[in-house]
Amino acid sequence: MLNPSKDFKEHWWPHQTPDRGMGPGGSRYFGKSPYPFGLYDAGYGDWELDGEPYTVAPGDKFRWYRSRIVGGRTNHYGRISLRFADYDFTPHSRDGVGTDWPITYDDLSPYYDKAESFIGVTGSKEGIRSAPDGIFQPCPPPRVHEMLVQRACKQLNIPCIPSRLAVITQPTHGRPACHYCAQCSRGCLTGSNYSASQTQIFPAMKTGRLNLVANAMARELITDSSGKVMAVSYIDKITRTEKQIKCRAAVVACGACESARLLLNSKSSRFPNGLANGSGQIGRHLTDSVGYSLSARIPALENLPRHNSDGMGGMHVYMPWWLWEKKDLGFPRGYHIEVGGGFGMPSPGQFAGLCARHEGYGKDLKTYLRSQYGTSVNLAGRGEHVPNPNTYCEIDPAVVDKFGIPVLRFHFKWTDNELKQAQHMHETFTAILETMGGTITRAAPKPVEGDGISIGGEIIHELGTVRMGNDAQTSALNKYCQAHEVKNLFVADAAPFVSNPDKNPTLTINALAWRTAEYLAEEMRKGNV
Amino acid sequence: MFNNDAVSRRSLLRAAGLAILSGGTLPLAEAQQVHQIAAREGAYRPRAFTGHEYRTLATLADLIIPADDVSLGAVVAGAPAWIDLLASQNPELTNIYTGGIAWLDAEMQRRGGTNFVDAKPADQIALVDLIAYRKNGTGELAPGVRFFDWARKMVVDGFYSSPLGTKDLGYLGNSAVSKFEVPQEAIQYALERSPFGK
Repeated sequence: MLNPSKDFKEHWWPHQTPDRGMGPGGSRYFGKSPYPFGLYDAGYGDWELDGEPYTVAPGDKFRWYRSRIVGGRTNHYGRISLRFADYDFTPHSRDGVGTDWPITYDDLSPYYDKAESFIGVTGSKEGIRSAPDGIFQPCPPPRVHEMLVQRACKQLNIPCIPSRLAVITQPTHGRPACHYCAQCSRGCLTGSNYSASQTQIFPAMKTGRLNLVANAMARELITDSSGKVMAVSYIDKITRTEKQIKCRAAVVACGACESARLLLNSKSSRFPNGLANGSGQIGRHLTDSVGYSLSARIPALENLPRHNSDGMGGMHVYMPWWLWEKKDLGFPRGYHIEVGGGFGMPSPGQFAGLCARHEGYGKDLKTYLRSQYGTSVNLAGRGEHVPNPNTYCEIDPAVVDKFGIPVLRFHFKWTDNELKQAQHMHETFTAILETMGGTITRAAPKPVEGDGISIGGEIIHELGTVRMGNDAQTSALNKYCQAHEVKNLFVADAAPFVSNPDKNPTLTINALAWRTAEYLAEEMRKGNV
Repeated sequence: MFNNDAVSRRSLLRAAGLAILSGGTLPLAEAQQVHQIAAREGAYRPRAFTGHEYRTLATLADLIIPADDVSLGAVVAGAPAWIDLLASQNPELTNIYTGGIAWLDAEMQRRGGTNFVDAKPADQIALVDLIAYRKNGTGELAPGVRFFDWARKMVVDGFYSSPLGTKDLGYLGNSAVSKFEVPQEAIQYALERSPFGK
């Protein structure tokens, strides 16, 4: 069970751990890190887990990050909380690419309101169609480098607006406001950012009406003769014994790929292709976000007067997609831009590039490193990945994990839709950084896999694997995320998403889950479930 | 043979002396720290390296990050001890250092008939001036250039991740504040130097 006061290493310094984040034996110097997101990160997971493999089809690349902790990746994620735009729900109607959602922005908007009010999100009213306004708390002011980014964007006609982060800047539902230490990814001891563990699960347990079974690895959903889910069968990881919990309804929310895996592994004579998978759609339509990033040293920031620039654990400004009306970009979908920089906590591994650039030694090197501290500005794009038939997950028939559960095999291919978008990101980021006075030495990426564009899965926005839709032939779930074929089965993570707009998924997961929960409660009251 | 007193005391006194010369006084807290580390370093027993290897590493460390008028040097900050700790957990890393140090000694023997650590400071600097740059990394000095790159990046990491190095850079965060503000002075400084002007 997660215990924040013990497990969250907020305010620790690197030197409080013997290897200071370079890994035992300095493993990071050799390309291997035991801390995939840095020392003290609260993800409690990794790209590879002992005894829990996954496989990737020959010739493809895919990386799957899994947290194994109450609250999962919400304990450490970037807290970026962006509403989908109205047009994001109707991609196919708009330009013939992708598939429309069975719901509209207006269907989900009240649930965005509820989710934002409950978890707390910073932001400002901007009236930008690609970034609908919501219920916002004040965002702290831009840091110095972010102010320069804003100036550059103004010259380039790119909107650059206050961040929308799930960080509370005002006391909210008993949680104190942010104390601006920039360490959201380590987990927040005061619960001043959103995590499912601290904001939802622990308070729910306090009601006495939630019984949490930790260390349970779900193996299979068991159905009765009428085809309804009657029990969840799981491995107790501590005793390595199989147990069952009987249920009136089952809500699956294991993370999109793990949810697909559980359903695909829940086979019976009635559901030979996996539970609720008569359509054969489960595992298909897998997407991640397109990732591309570019950094530059900004001369105007050299020897900047020192001050505490920590702030929230993430950027204070960001750039929403701004070209949604342009039809001649050569790729169909947009991206937003995230900003990194400032005086970060000095940690090993940060200085290798500067040392290589300056070379030498002694007082010159020391003076140089001091002058360059805090001058790096990073821009990172997160773009929409259009589902394609070569990107999906399925059960690997030959491999099981240490619990005996068949594992996933991934297939992943970017298409020109994404590769050209990454090139556009490079051009945009170059323009912004050069306008700020930076120099870009990296060549533009070629439109091929592996050149600058992230590897599939690396952005950890995998979704779409149990998608919703009005047609039971082409989707597994209806518009309430209820299985077409199994009335007491629901999916409440990002697996139901029909598309993966350039908006980080967590806020929409919350809104959609809220809507699903209300529907489920109503159906139970009516006796339909 | 594991007597490290010479190097640690010498470098500490040099560091403390420099700080006093340049700044006039050594702040009390830092003076105390110097004494504490002197006591600790005096008794330091390397885990991965011989006394000779460790003394050589410490000499290199204070050449790479010496004391200056802002802060003390790498040895006082504990950078060589941190490298020794990591090396004690990783034979591959140990080999990089033992091999590199033996190369330095052989090269210095060839040049002046002494080990690196026993050479005159001017001779140490003459050799480091060569191996501190990639342009010399293709010929006979290549092993030295490769080793110095390792030593430089790890000494720098060890120094700046220590409390002394963190203070040197002027990192003022990792605290709890009720309001986030950006000083006007910093905004003005950056704008004046940026392409945007004021």
